[in-house]
Amino acid sequence: MSVYQNNEINEEETSRTLSLVVDNQPGTLARVIGLFSGRGYNIESLTVTEIDNRRHLSRISLVTRGTSMTIEQIKSQLLRIVPVHLVRDLTLEGPFIKSELALIKLVADGANRVEALRIAETFRARTLDVTLGSFVFELTGRPNKIDAFIGLMKSLGDIEISRTGVSAISRGDKTETKVLEQIKLT
Amino acid sequence: MSKDNKMTGAEAVITALVENGVEVIFGYPGGAVLPLYDALFKNKKIKHVLVRHEQAAVHAAEGYARSTGKVGCVLVTSGPGATNAITGLTDALMDSVPIVCLSGQVPTHLIGTDAFQEADTTGISRPCTKHNYLVKNADLLCATVHEAFEIASSGRPGPVLIDLPKDIQLTNIQYIKKRTKINKILTTVLPQIDVEIISQAADLLINSKKPIIYAGGGVVNAGIEASNLLTELVNLLDAPVTLTLMGLGVVSNKNKNFLGMLGMHGTYEANLAMHNCDVMLNVGARFDDRVTGRLNAFAPKSKKIHIDIDKSSINKVVHVDFGIVGDCKEVLSLLIKEIKKSYNIKSIQSKSSWWNQINNWRAKNSLGFIQGATIIKPQQAIKSLYEKTIDKDTYVTTEVGQHQMWAAQYFGFSAPKHWMTSGGLGTMGYGLPSSVGVQIAHPKSLVIDISGEASFLMNMQELSTIVQYNLPIKIFILNNQWMGMVRQWQELNHGSRYSQSYTSSLPDFIMLAKSFGIKGLRVDDVSNLDATIDEMINTSGPVIADIRVEKEENCFPMIPSGAAHNEMILSSDDKVADTSESGLALV
Ligand SMILES: Cc1ncc(C[n+]2csc(CCOP(=O)(O)OP(=O)(O)O)c2C)c(N)n1
Ligand SMILES: [Mg+2]
Repeated sequence: MSVYQNNEINEEETSRTLSLVVDNQPGTLARVIGLFSGRGYNIESLTVTEIDNRRHLSRISLVTRGTSMTIEQIKSQLLRIVPVHLVRDLTLEGPFIKSELALIKLVADGANRVEALRIAETFRARTLDVTLGSFVFELTGRPNKIDAFIGLMKSLGDIEISRTGVSAISRGDKTETKVLEQIKLT
Repeated sequence: MSKDNKMTGAEAVITALVENGVEVIFGYPGGAVLPLYDALFKNKKIKHVLVRHEQAAVHAAEGYARSTGKVGCVLVTSGPGATNAITGLTDALMDSVPIVCLSGQVPTHLIGTDAFQEADTTGISRPCTKHNYLVKNADLLCATVHEAFEIASSGRPGPVLIDLPKDIQLTNIQYIKKRTKINKILTTVLPQIDVEIISQAADLLINSKKPIIYAGGGVVNAGIEASNLLTELVNLLDAPVTLTLMGLGVVSNKNKNFLGMLGMHGTYEANLAMHNCDVMLNVGARFDDRVTGRLNAFAPKSKKIHIDIDKSSINKVVHVDFGIVGDCKEVLSLLIKEIKKSYNIKSIQSKSSWWNQINNWRAKNSLGFIQGATIIKPQQAIKSLYEKTIDKDTYVTTEVGQHQMWAAQYFGFSAPKHWMTSGGLGTMGYGLPSSVGVQIAHPKSLVIDISGEASFLMNMQELSTIVQYNLPIKIFILNNQWMGMVRQWQELNHGSRYSQSYTSSLPDFIMLAKSFGIKGLRVDDVSNLDATIDEMINTSGPVIADIRVEKEENCFPMIPSGAAHNEMILSSDDKVADTSESGLALV
């Protein structure tokens, strides 16, 4: 962008969690991601799956960073994308829940196996697979809880990680049902 | 069409185009669109204009759209046809031009196999379209075409591409008529205009001692009524008004409050009024970097109001005090009503000292130039062209470069939709094909492509189109034998090291014209300029006029890269400060 100089007031960048409802069509996700790469915005985490199989709607949970001017710009730009129906700024709206699922494989032996099971219990991780030399744990929760769990496992042996990224929803009794009902069935 | 009311996908697409009001389509055939061409052959309602390059098809459709307010329609084949169209689509996206582009695609079962003339057209065109589709289910064809027209023309207009695999074009389907609303809840439905903000904005304007109204292409897109409302507001407030390159014509150049174009090559009075204003009202413009200059010195003491249909334009680069999302026609009419409510002569601030100051800036005569005895000044060429055509219904297109800026500065526009130029993308080669679209839409009007010799070479294959359809377009080439704008920047920023900016090996334009069977004219002496222009205008067919102008003339006034509105240079005699290091990096 050939903007002459950054006119932004020196404001700290903060992390924001956005929640989008989009048409589950080929190309929608590419447009959302293309917007971030094309305009130089950050994506810290992104998850997407269909949430309404009659209207073919998907939810995209997205964590990004920026100053408030940048975030406002990101939200307006997202809304310009035709198959994007709803853009909610959960961070701005109020209390919300952020959760993630992680699968962690640990290869360890001896005392480290005992320690791993003890830590897994403390974190309420489920053990999905066991061999004589390895475990696969499943853990859900806030990203920093998962980070902490991974940190501990790392010190016990060789690990492999698969994480889903953040899924988010607001607290309280408000839902989007009314708004989404305006979307015609296709 | 068979008995059970079914037709091929291709026939359905063409029927849908007709239903959406398409009268003209600009295109170029190829293997993947043969069924569509077959359907066009049988259809008598749509005129197909055969261009000579797919980029030109899009530019022609842009010229058609911008001079009529309708959606421009394009048809290209798969692979190279589609990739050739990309520059045009990007141009239309940047300048908010409503376009529907149909592209052929290899049959669905071959997609992904690197088949002959396969390209990932939706992938390539995604960032340069407002929306695009790959239709893999023939039953969705009709709805897709209808929706495409709705999307292209609603809100902030833009190009939409529909990729049509060949097997889909050949599948028999039932035609489905257009329903009205498209399946989109929040973005096409604009938010309610906030009356509180309107009233605060009205207050601000009423109490302003030094207001400026700065308007752009959004007003053109909002239609003639928006132009009239804007003029009404200008007159009501007795406020000065300046227009962007894209907005020229939305307030008449003859309006006494019009200060000319603003920005990098804008007038002294427009830029200084922007710099010194206390209240700025931006109507349908987007604080483009050509307009603002250095952002941290942009209209530093002003409160800013911004009306735009695209929310993302508000607070994108310039922070404003009041952002109003809406169609500028509606917002302007509310604003005028509100001002009139509290309006009496006393309540509106006197602007006499503001106008005194502006008139002092005007007295600088920043567009002044000295025409010598023989060599034609490019400014004089445009001025004479304007004076000779002032009483005609004239449409002007341009290429990109110095000639474009001179056209913007010296040609006057008294109405919107008469000026077609590539603003956002700055596409050399835009003007000639664009003029094709304009002339097709306005067969009786005078259409002039103000061109540079280098830009002309970029799409000159369209001469063939012009001849085929007998379009009486006047190609007015300001021939300085340089890529003048590049040469100017090299002179000012790169120590006059003229790297690759000389246009050598030019054709003889008269012979070139002759080879196409059209008239060619040449003039190199100012005493023959008027006669040449007369002859051009009075020729009934197309003309190439080779206007040999001063070769090393620079385009002024100019705000150098990275400078502010009040740091403009007015002529080569001004001490030109070295462009700052950060300025050198800018385009
Ligand atoms: C497709 C494209 N390539 C390159 C440029 C960069 N560029 C801007 S102006 C210009 C020179 C134009 O020369 P000419 O058409 O002769 O116009 P003049 O400036 O001499 O009036 C160039 C190369 C551009 N704008 N578009
Ligand atoms: Mg030139």
